[in-house]
Amino acid sequence: MRRPRACFVGASAGGVTALQKLLLELDDDFRLPMIVVQHLHPSTNVTPSLIYRSRARLSFVEAEDKAPIEEGHVYFAPADYHLLVEKTFRFGLSSDRHVQHARPSIDVLFESAAIAYGADACGVVLTGANQDGAAGLRAIADEGGFAMVQDAADAEFPLMPSSALKAVPSARTGTIAEIAKELSRISRS
Amino acid sequence: MTKIDEVERHLFFEGIYLKYGYDFRQYAEASLDRRLAGLLGDYQASSLLDLLKRALREPEEFRKILGSLTINTSEFFRDPTFFKVLRESVFPVLKTYSKVTIWSAGCSTGEEVLSLAIALKEEGLDRRATIHATDINPFVLKSAKTGIFEASCIPTFNKNYAAAGGTGTPSQYYGAEYGLVRFNPDLLENVVFSEHNLATDAAFLEAHLILCRNVFIYFSRELQERALELFARSLVHKGFLALGSKETLRFSSLAPNFQAVSPGENVFSLLSRSEPKP
Repeated sequence: MRRPRACFVGASAGGVTALQKLLLELDDDFRLPMIVVQHLHPSTNVTPSLIYRSRARLSFVEAEDKAPIEEGHVYFAPADYHLLVEKTFRFGLSSDRHVQHARPSIDVLFESAAIAYGADACGVVLTGANQDGAAGLRAIADEGGFAMVQDAADAEFPLMPSSALKAVPSARTGTIAEIAKELSRISRS
Repeated sequence: MTKIDEVERHLFFEGIYLKYGYDFRQYAEASLDRRLAGLLGDYQASSLLDLLKRALREPEEFRKILGSLTINTSEFFRDPTFFKVLRESVFPVLKTYSKVTIWSAGCSTGEEVLSLAIALKEEGLDRRATIHATDINPFVLKSAKTGIFEASCIPTFNKNYAAAGGTGTPSQYYGAEYGLVRFNPDLLENVVFSEHNLATDAAFLEAHLILCRNVFIYFSRELQERALELFARSLVHKGFLALGSKETLRFSSLAPNFQAVSPGENVFSLLSRSEPKP
């Protein structure tokens, strides 16, 4: 397997706690750009740096339209916008209609990642009570990218990871701690 | 999602441009490709070339396709705090002019124009201000001109009106009938609607304030740069430019020409005009 150039993470219900844990568990030399869609209420204005911590020296920022994707950063989709990546490895935002009842939608991010990064994308689906992310993870896997899904037993809300696993049966599964370990290994490879 | 072939995309937009003059050739690709994939699904077409053939031969079909390619998400007083900033930081400056010209670029179905007209009225600026409302899509302009909306927009209107600093009662601005609401026609008295394409058209006015919110996110960086140059040429010295709340000038070479007016909200004032390129 080639070292993925970026890692895309989708989380919904229960996601903030899962992400906090995932980011804390990353090794301190983790550098891979991480791009996160966490379903939020549309009017939520969160400052990621206040919510998330890591042992690694990472910047937690909201993804900005047209900003280049860089190592050492964890980017979060702003509330009420779809987040996409362009082939130029920069971000794009859109107010297109909801996908899977969600904006931002994990499918929208993952499908754009599959097109822009091809086999160099890594997709991770965490806890959630809907089916967003399944089609997107399939798109990443179809391009030869690396797919990971949180163990349904480990997830606070198992529907989203189990839907993703149904769509991509070959996906690697694991607890949050195991996913963090795997991502840290990938980042070093 | 159906993958869009680059060559087909290129031919599709060249064809649309040659036939109808709409220029999508420099739009941001990732979200545009999603809309194209959606169109292919709607038309059960396997190739953009089939879709192009229909668009070229049937203007009525093209009209529908155009509607799917442009984003017309809009709401009254979208991002209410932005309107507060307008009232607190921008309108006091506009009051120093005897005539005020405002350009709403990408006005869509008219929600922003009406929100603006209401704010201007409450600040006593309505008589001296003219709003030029433009959009690439003539069909949304036609709808905007009527001042008529689905009644379902009213809860958002009422809620945002207060949050945006409205000083009256929201219901004084509209009347409801048969599931529709009509906004008071006097709000649109000083509004001039016209087609304008930021990708191809030139400067046509000298504005004190330009609103172009949630348009740049659909543009490539190159097209965004072109539109910014156009705005810099269309603004008076110290004129204001308002972008969407998630749009930034950070990645533009024209950023030094603009100064942020209010942190948080994307309102800028023009420091120096860019020289027209030869």
